[in-house]
Amino acid sequence: MNRWYQLRIETVLALGGLALAWQLASYFFPPYLFPPIPEIVQKFLAIFIDQESLANAGATAARIFGGLIGSFLLGLTFAFLMGRSERVYRYFYPILNFIQGIPALSWVVIAIIWFKGTEPRILFIMVCTTLAAFSFQMLDAYRSMSKDLFEMTLSFRPTRKELFRTLILPTIVPGILTAWKVNLGNAARVVVVAELVGATGGIGYQLLKQQQVFDMAGAIAWTLVLVAFVLVVQQAITLVENWLLAYRPRAERSA
Amino acid sequence: MSATIEFCNVVKRFPGPERAGESGFLAVDRLSFEVEQGEMVAVLGKTGCGKSTMFNLLAGLIEPTEGTVRVLGHDPFLEFDWFRGRIAIVFQNDRLMPWRTALANVELGLELLGKSDQERRATALGWLERLGLKGHENDYPHALSGGMRQRVSIARAFAVDPEILLCDEPFSALDELTGQRLREEYLQLVKENGKTSIFVTHSINEALQLGERIMVFHLPARIALEVRIAAGDREDIRRRVLEAMTAGGAAVEEQAA
Repeated sequence: MNRWYQLRIETVLALGGLALAWQLASYFFPPYLFPPIPEIVQKFLAIFIDQESLANAGATAARIFGGLIGSFLLGLTFAFLMGRSERVYRYFYPILNFIQGIPALSWVVIAIIWFKGTEPRILFIMVCTTLAAFSFQMLDAYRSMSKDLFEMTLSFRPTRKELFRTLILPTIVPGILTAWKVNLGNAARVVVVAELVGATGGIGYQLLKQQQVFDMAGAIAWTLVLVAFVLVVQQAITLVENWLLAYRPRAERSA
Repeated sequence: MSATIEFCNVVKRFPGPERAGESGFLAVDRLSFEVEQGEMVAVLGKTGCGKSTMFNLLAGLIEPTEGTVRVLGHDPFLEFDWFRGRIAIVFQNDRLMPWRTALANVELGLELLGKSDQERRATALGWLERLGLKGHENDYPHALSGGMRQRVSIARAFAVDPEILLCDEPFSALDELTGQRLREEYLQLVKENGKTSIFVTHSINEALQLGERIMVFHLPARIALEVRIAAGDREDIRRRVLEAMTAGGAAVEEQAA
C-alpha cells in the first residue's frame, strides 16, 4: 500500500478513535465536562459564520503573524551579526540564552507592567518568546553554509549583495522554513496565554469567556480553530518548502 | 614585458602555536616564480606541501605575510575586485550549487559579471554543449554523474572567459577513464582559448600531460625542481620529478606508470 495513503488512514483512525472515546465519555459525564461531539462541531462551524467570532480568530492570526514577522526580522539581523563577528556572538549568545530561559507567563507580567495598550503588550510577548529560537535557528542555518561553496562564489568576486543573493539566501532558506514551522506552534501557544490575561478580543479572550460560563464545547471549538489555523499555515509552509527545495534529491526507500 | 603571474619572496605564515622560536605555521617560505602569458604550468607536490596555500594566495583569497604576489600587474588580495572575470578556478570537487540547474550553475559567473539574461544563457548553453552536456541543462547536480558535474564546473570557469585559469586537482576524484577524457578536453580548451593556466596536482602523469612546465613543491612551499617539458625527454623528466618529490622525505605514490 502507498505509504502516504497508509499514513492518511492511520491519521483518520487515530483522530476518529479519539473523537469516539470523547463521544462515549459524553454519555457518562455532564456536558460541562465532556460535551457531545455534534455540539462541539456546531459551535466550531458557528465561529466561521459569525462576523464577530471571525474577527476574533483573525485578530489572533494577525497577532501570531505580527509577532513572528517581528521576531524573524530581529532574529535574522542578530544571526547575521553573530555569524559575521565572533565578538558580537560572544556578547549576544548569553543574552539570548537568558531570554530563552524566561517563561512566557513572566513576559506577560512584564508586558502588562511596561505597556499600556493591548497590542504592544502582545507583540512584545510574542517577540520575546520566539526571538531566541529564531536567532539560534537562523545562526545555525548561516553557519551551515558550505565553506567550499563560499570560496567558489568568492572566486567570482561578488559584491556583498550578490553574495547574499546567490549563496547566503539559498543556503539559509531551508533553515528559515524550519524555524517558521517550529516557531508557529510556539507562537500559537503563547498568543493564547497573552490574550487570556491582557486582551479584549482574540481566541485567548474567547477561551477565557468560555471558561467563565463553563462552556466546554465552546472552549474546545475555539481551541480547534487555533489548531486548524496552525495546521493550515504549516501546510502552506510545507507547500512553499516543497516548491523552493524541489532540487533536493529524494531517496526511493526511506530509512 | 612583465610576467602574467609573479611571486616574489612570498612568505605565508598562519597563526598558531609557537614553533622553534617562530610564531605560527609556515606554509610558504620565500617562494618566487613567474608565469608568462598563455603558459601552462603544473604544480606538483605531496599533500600538505603548500600547493593550496599558493593557490589561495594567487586567487587573492588570503594575504601574504611577506613578499609580493602580482597577477596581471595587480595585487590579487588588495585589488580583489579588479580580478572580476579575469581569474576563474576549477576546484578539486565540482562545488556546484545544489539549488541551481547545470545551466544556472554555468551562468553564475556571468550573472555576477552583470551580463544580460540572453547573453549569459547563450554563453552557458554554448559551453554546456561544447562539453557534451546538451540535454542536461535543466538537471540539478544530484542528477548528474561525477564526471558530468566536473564538466559543468569547467564550463562555469570557461564561461566567464578568464585570462587566467587556476585548477586545483580537478580530476583527482574521478575514475581513470573519465579523468583522462576530461584532461584531454581541458587541454584542448586551454590551448584553443590561449589561457594562462596553473594546474595543481599530485599526479606526475597529469602534470606531464597538462603542463608545459612543471614545478615540484616541498614543504614549506618552495620550489624543489622546475623543468620545461618541451625541452627534454619525458621519461627523464618523469624520473627527475619523482626523485625531487621523494627527496622531500615523503613516500610518493607511484603514479609514473
